[in-house]
Amino acid sequence: MKKHIITALVENQPGVLARVVGLISGRGYNIETLNVGPTNDPTVSRMTMQVPGDNRVLEQVTRQLGKLVDVIDVTDLTSAPCVNQECLLVKLAATHAQHAAIAALTERFGGRVLASQTDAMIVQLTGDSKQIVDFIDLLAPFRMLDISRSGIIAIARGGRP
Amino acid sequence: MRTGADIVIEGLLRAGVKTLFGLPGGMVLDIFDKLPCAPIEFFLARHEQGAAHMADGYARATGQAGVCLVTSGPGATNTVTGLATANMDGSPVVCIAGQVASPLIGNDAFQEADTVGITRAVTKHNYLVKRVEDLPRIMVEAFEIATTGKPGPVLVDVPKDIQQTACDTPFPAGMNRRGYRPDNDPDDQDIERLARAVAAARRPVFLVGGGVISGDAAAEFAAVAVKAGVPVVSTLMGLGAFPGSAPLALGMIGMHGTVAANRAASACDLVVSVGARFDDRVTGKVSTFAPHALKGHIDIDPSAIGKSVPVDFPVVGHVKIALRKLLEAVEPVARPEWLAQVSEWKARHPLTYDRSSKELLPQYVIEQIAAVTRGDALIVTDVGQHQMWAAHFYPYSKPRSFITSGGLGTMGFGLPAAIGVKAARRDQPVVLISGDGSIQMNFQELVVAVEHDLPIVVVILNNGYLGMVRQWQELFYKREYSGVRLGRDERHLNERIPATIRAAGPYRPDFVKLAEAHGALGMRVTRQDEVAPALVKALAAGRPVVVECLVRAEENVFPIVPPGKALNELLQGLA
Ligand SMILES: Cc1ncc(C[n+]2csc(CCOP(=O)(O)OP(=O)(O)O)c2C)c(N)n1
Ligand SMILES: [Mg+2]
Repeated sequence: MKKHIITALVENQPGVLARVVGLISGRGYNIETLNVGPTNDPTVSRMTMQVPGDNRVLEQVTRQLGKLVDVIDVTDLTSAPCVNQECLLVKLAATHAQHAAIAALTERFGGRVLASQTDAMIVQLTGDSKQIVDFIDLLAPFRMLDISRSGIIAIARGGRP
Repeated sequence: MRTGADIVIEGLLRAGVKTLFGLPGGMVLDIFDKLPCAPIEFFLARHEQGAAHMADGYARATGQAGVCLVTSGPGATNTVTGLATANMDGSPVVCIAGQVASPLIGNDAFQEADTVGITRAVTKHNYLVKRVEDLPRIMVEAFEIATTGKPGPVLVDVPKDIQQTACDTPFPAGMNRRGYRPDNDPDDQDIERLARAVAAARRPVFLVGGGVISGDAAAEFAAVAVKAGVPVVSTLMGLGAFPGSAPLALGMIGMHGTVAANRAASACDLVVSVGARFDDRVTGKVSTFAPHALKGHIDIDPSAIGKSVPVDFPVVGHVKIALRKLLEAVEPVARPEWLAQVSEWKARHPLTYDRSSKELLPQYVIEQIAAVTRGDALIVTDVGQHQMWAAHFYPYSKPRSFITSGGLGTMGFGLPAAIGVKAARRDQPVVLISGDGSIQMNFQELVVAVEHDLPIVVVILNNGYLGMVRQWQELFYKREYSGVRLGRDERHLNERIPATIRAAGPYRPDFVKLAEAHGALGMRVTRQDEVAPALVKALAAGRPVVVECLVRAEENVFPIVPPGKALNELLQGLA
């Protein structure tokens, strides 16, 4: 099943998240990632979601979302030209001897080491989904203590808002 | 000092509300306190579900918002079925609910429920009022959202402290929300494309739905159908949108549709839905629906288009505006062969039943209601076989003359809805056609009709069964009658009803006594020749009347398209 990236501008008000999520989950679809944040207009938030499903189903979901009074605009970016990025934080169990290897791998991917302790390291990487997954795969030799992913955020290309 | 409660009342008055249905409680006392001074007739329902259905009936009869007012917690949760019913059929209901005081919300306070959470999925929109300054705007928006676009229910949850707080914020002139702009004006090119498709079609059919009624577009629809010379099939919700007696009318389509309507849909090369949403009861097995046809669809709701069947000619817009434009654009085309074909189907396979029977049959009762009211009453139904017979055997010629729970299929809708309808249309005879199962779900509301002197006629087609379910068990579950017998005899052993009680005959409750206990007139009819006189008497009684008709128990609704089958695979039964 194709993963769709749906992005919506919504009123920055309580209950809006529940409405959007309820509409999608109430129809039996799974939201794989979800990100909500403010925009340059303080009354408006942007939500970006990754939802697996076939095209017809997701077209239906998008239209239903568009009907919500609190949703100002909604777009399915899946087949639109867009850039999308995700942020990853990982905590690894790392002996002193492993620190250098982890740091090098992180740097190779363009990530950063955020914290190093004697027994653990926290690293951060921002990239598209493939880079994130590749990076996680390469961390396999190390013991992962915790992981946190932001979910995708996306923006359409081109000169229009 | 103007308080939140005053703002609620002012909001109702500004919206033109003259009638209110409800039931009070602790968290809505402040609003009830202000009610007696307002020029609003208040109907004290006996159950909040009843209040919500009354508001819904009022809304369906008028096209204006029907309003109910209830307390927090159990009061609000009791409206859920009513809101869901209104939501499925696009009926403009506004529900004002009390809520525990703001500081208590989330504390499991006495009579607290997360009302906006619970009703989110069954309303078009809902509000929890957080600041009294927002209340004037919310009241304006609630009515605007309920009545525009595709209409639907809106709930406003008002905490008790907000009702009590002083506030002089003025009402806004109108609604201004960037996320709510109903797409009323259809695209001219879409209309052109649809008109060309209609002109090019050799075997076109129009499918008329409830949207034509709620959009007040029956006249426009008829003009288009007649000008284009296109036969019309109707959904259950569309009955009354196009006169059933018109030569082009083929009757209802779908699970209990006519042979002519279902064959026409199966054979056509173009089907244009006008305010109908291709619901599964309409399409039968969806992959086989109108297999040779291109599809057109006019709807105010963009999400309705392409939802269940792919659409070749979509038109998003208000159905009245769209039909006016379409009337200009369509051309009359003569299709003598197609019209002859559908007329033949219609003539050869009329809806019928065992007319030679000496028993009292439910279809006969409906025909008698039609005869006695000259087809001019407002008919309200409950849900079950009687609902389908009411759809089949009463000739609907006007919009808003057939009021039924189509989308949700809510037993218990009928009586309170009939009260709402009669409250709105006192000048019209209102007949509720109900079943012995459905009527028991909200019988308590009969007292409201008695109190308000609303002379509705309640016809109970008593077949001793939850008949529609029994029919399915007979046809599709090898006649294993499980949990469907309402009479006391012939009960399944798993119900552990003592033999002495099973053996003791009469049906309980005694509907005649029950009617009388509520202050209504009760009558019982057991023979064909008693039906018309009883109905004449009931309609002339000038007060609420219950006419219980003891009809044949195991009569079935035919035709029926078995679940999962195509529309042309319908069973016609014996008749
Ligand atoms: C609230 C509710 N519960 C259950 C059902 C399922 N159901 C559909 S029709 C029906 C039987 C209705 O019985 P009755 O009102 O006597 O009508 P009849 O079919 O016998 O005419 C039932 C139980 C329903 N539609 N609504
Ligand atoms: Mg029955």
